[in-house]
Amino acid sequence: MRAFTTLDGLVAPLDRANVDTDAIIPKQFLKSIQRSGFGPNLFDEWRYLDHGEPGMDNSVRKLNPDFVLNQPRYTGAQILLTRDNFGCGSSREHAPWALDDYGFRALIGTSYADIFFNNCFKNGVLPICLPADVVDRLFATCLANEGYRLKIDLAAQQVIESDGTAHRFDVDGFRKECLLNGWDEIGLTLRHADEISAFEASRKAAHPYYFR
Amino acid sequence: MQQAQTLYEKLWFSHVVRQDADGTALIYIDRHLVHEVTSPQAFEGLKLAGRKPWRVSSIVATADHNTPTDHWEEGIKDPISRQQVETLDANIREVGSLAYFPFKDERQGIVHVIGPENGATLPGMTVVCGDSHTSTHGAFACLAHGIGTSEVEHVLATQCLMQKKSKTLLIQVDGDLAPGVTAKDVVLAIIGRIGTAGGTGYALEFGGSAIRGLSMEGRMTICNMAIEAGARAGLIAVDETTIDYLKGRPYAPAGDEFERAAVYWRTLISDAGAKYDKVVQMDAAAIRPQVTWGTSPEMVSDISGVVPDPAAEKDPVKREGMTRALAYMGLEAGMPIKRIPVDRVFIGSCTNSRIEDLRAAAAVAKGRQKADSVKQVLVVPGSGLVKRQAESEGLDKVFVAAGFEWREPGCSMCLAMNADRLESGERCASTSNRNFEGRQGAGGRTHLVSPALAAAAAIAGHFADVAELN
Repeated sequence: MRAFTTLDGLVAPLDRANVDTDAIIPKQFLKSIQRSGFGPNLFDEWRYLDHGEPGMDNSVRKLNPDFVLNQPRYTGAQILLTRDNFGCGSSREHAPWALDDYGFRALIGTSYADIFFNNCFKNGVLPICLPADVVDRLFATCLANEGYRLKIDLAAQQVIESDGTAHRFDVDGFRKECLLNGWDEIGLTLRHADEISAFEASRKAAHPYYFR
Repeated sequence: MQQAQTLYEKLWFSHVVRQDADGTALIYIDRHLVHEVTSPQAFEGLKLAGRKPWRVSSIVATADHNTPTDHWEEGIKDPISRQQVETLDANIREVGSLAYFPFKDERQGIVHVIGPENGATLPGMTVVCGDSHTSTHGAFACLAHGIGTSEVEHVLATQCLMQKKSKTLLIQVDGDLAPGVTAKDVVLAIIGRIGTAGGTGYALEFGGSAIRGLSMEGRMTICNMAIEAGARAGLIAVDETTIDYLKGRPYAPAGDEFERAAVYWRTLISDAGAKYDKVVQMDAAAIRPQVTWGTSPEMVSDISGVVPDPAAEKDPVKREGMTRALAYMGLEAGMPIKRIPVDRVFIGSCTNSRIEDLRAAAAVAKGRQKADSVKQVLVVPGSGLVKRQAESEGLDKVFVAAGFEWREPGCSMCLAMNADRLESGERCASTSNRNFEGRQGAGGRTHLVSPALAAAAAIAGHFADVAELN
């Protein structure tokens, strides 16, 4: 997995609560058997005026001028500012794949759905929770200042504004280490293969009917 | 004496392979359900890393999301869908499985229907699948939840998941349900009460006399929608209803082994005095048939209610969400729910496609006709076995006589990955689980309801109480 250490990135504001994974990447794009290439269809139904299908040339589709990410000032954004319960709905990992493929490396909001939150960490995308009043202020500052950037320092667990104001965020210690080092979790788990085998053998002896 | 434990704690502690000081644990996975949409990248990742699956006898696989529900003799016409289903075929053929029910197999169906009906979901198991509605299996006192594709690969390679223990939330529903109120109404009322993020970070346990009074089908409907309350896992304790359901299922133990297993399964209940992080009490008798009006399952009303007014909402983010939802849904504040007309009706999905759901819909449809204004009523059984059972009871004939379409099993219009979908602006009474924007087709408008209410809407042409149908 790609490591995440620090980021100094342009911020884009998506001022909606309960943004679900169907909105992040609509179902017709889930037919792909690849992990990449989802970026052009991120937020497809909000982003384009026509209906998107796999295989279309997205570069010639008409963009919805009212959708925030289509404003030129947010081109190249790497940090997405969000609201409550971002990523609710399905378990599709295509959602963080699409965010990542578009260029987002970090999300800042008040809360995330569990499965989506977990999926982000597996893909080097950092979902950050900050208190609602701080997020409110970041939205206001972002809207008022074109070219608004934030710095994120994962080791220090800080989001840093341009005036130096730092907001500390919580992150699970193990997930932090994995992200900082870009570790492959499967490799880590397989270091305990003997323990897994021993557990499996004792479980099989006690409950053989689970093992048919 | 051992401290009183919740059901969740019993399941958690019986699967911990190892735990680090910070609480990160390796949890052993008993059952891995696999479908075509979220597995191809995991199988590919495994292969690229030169790894072998840890225990293929944990795998039960089927194709459900992309498969068509009619003209099976023509195969899968959409080439991209076909490639995904064929990729699953090839992957399972290569690695093996306990059971595989491919497209057109008589036991093919929605992954969350086929696991339980084949006895491949057993109490006390950990069950995972690359699908958020894996919470369904918690109805059997399984620790069951959805995972992403990276975790599908992790489970394939290691038979474990890396996790921290969740908090516990008990939803206690006591009392008797009013006539015509079903499991779907109960779970929609719960989501209306606690919100779509109310269960985030928690394992939900559903308890109380109203839950104990439900069939296994009803309990699966409840646990299925735990994820719509934000909880990865929903749980219901084992009782004799659970044990009776499992007897004689193909992958369940048989004979003496069944009886010995049942002794253990009966311990899969929360102990008296067990402590939860949070408890929510609900009065079953107060629950009425439910209809969602918005674009989130928490945007729900009694059928006798009206579309709410965003102006009355104090929270600005919520108010904005309601305003946007009403615009998308094409509804006005104050409009009675029963006055909302529907264009199509969908009866199916991992929430409501089991035999009991089809019986409930057929009971309403029997001797009646679909309203002329309703373009289509799709009835999609959850599996080949459900379809066969329904046909043996003559339910298919009831549906066809009422002008409904009787289809082949699959996920169908719940998420519209196949050809079954809404056109932009069309309004649907749906027994599925998500009313998100575009969920059933770009621009489509979804109202979540029970099978009985869906059938009633098909007959009346608008939402209606079953009792009020002539």
